[in-house]
Amino acid sequence: MEFTEDQLQRYSRHIILPEVGGKGQKKILRAKVLIIGAGGLGCPVGYYLTAAGVGTLGIIDNDTVELSNLQRQIAHNTQRIGVPKVESAKATFEALNPDVKVIGIRERMTKDNIMDFMRDYDIVVDGSDNFPTRYLVNDACVLLKKPLVSGAILKFEGQVTTIMPGEGHCYRCLFEEMPPAGLVPSCQEAGVIGAIPGVVGSLQAIEVFKLILGKGDVLKNTLLIYDALKTTFRRVRVPKNPDCPVCGEHPTITELQDYDADYCRI
Amino acid sequence: MEDIKVDKKLNIKGLHCPYTFVKSKLAVEDMEIGEVIEILLDSEEASRNIPKSMEDHGQRVLKVEKMNDTDWIIQVRKDKE
Repeated sequence: MEFTEDQLQRYSRHIILPEVGGKGQKKILRAKVLIIGAGGLGCPVGYYLTAAGVGTLGIIDNDTVELSNLQRQIAHNTQRIGVPKVESAKATFEALNPDVKVIGIRERMTKDNIMDFMRDYDIVVDGSDNFPTRYLVNDACVLLKKPLVSGAILKFEGQVTTIMPGEGHCYRCLFEEMPPAGLVPSCQEAGVIGAIPGVVGSLQAIEVFKLILGKGDVLKNTLLIYDALKTTFRRVRVPKNPDCPVCGEHPTITELQDYDADYCRI
Repeated sequence: MEDIKVDKKLNIKGLHCPYTFVKSKLAVEDMEIGEVIEILLDSEEASRNIPKSMEDHGQRVLKVEKMNDTDWIIQVRKDKE
């Protein structure tokens, strides 16, 4: 494919980078990325992936826009309160860049449908806000061998890690089992400063670009922790666990389970 | 004087930075290693920036020549993918 004149202008700041160039930009235009959640993290990740011209962007979310979301969920706006988040995000992203095919999926993910949602995508980005989804997404990515860029936020802190099934750690190597329900505060209970998802989502978007381009080092076997109050980034090494129940040498999880049977959704 | 064999010509007259370099870089990407491109341009700024950027990207600048009051010619050999 050849670039149109509009594309040359739109992507000129990518094309002139030695690490990207025309070839890298074409990889971006052909890439298919699935974002889990159109909330605090999904909004900035989707925004930057759209601006960069990622070919196909899938977004899964089952919620509608609420006023309390707007302090941090930058793809939505006041007029869209009550509108499904995937619809609102799709409208925002399509207005930004018509090159991108945005697919909004208004569904609740379960062990029965997640594999079908993921199958056609190259990379998965987790911006979910609860542990059952986080473990479901991790296990599905490991079983399908899809790279997963995972992000989490709370209060003044954020975390990012990139899971490369077969090569590095997975989420269960880091935290083998879900914490008991009720022990973990949610954003709703503990609050989050509005720009934190902007930092973490931007880091996730950069991880996605490096995966698409095959350049640089991703956060494989590494958890990056951002402390906004101290203004520090800390890298914690996370070795692959040979006894990991899903990605270890003798996995006990070989198919998806019911993750939230007795877990109250936060 | 040895004549340089030019494999490709590109006319970017009328363009300004950064599109002068965007077009030049894309043209070089499509060439084979060792091939030479001759770029015709009429931006004084680009006549300085393109050679510098090409060298930063690992390519070899063979010639930068002012042809007349408005035009320059730059010859670049592709040394790096």
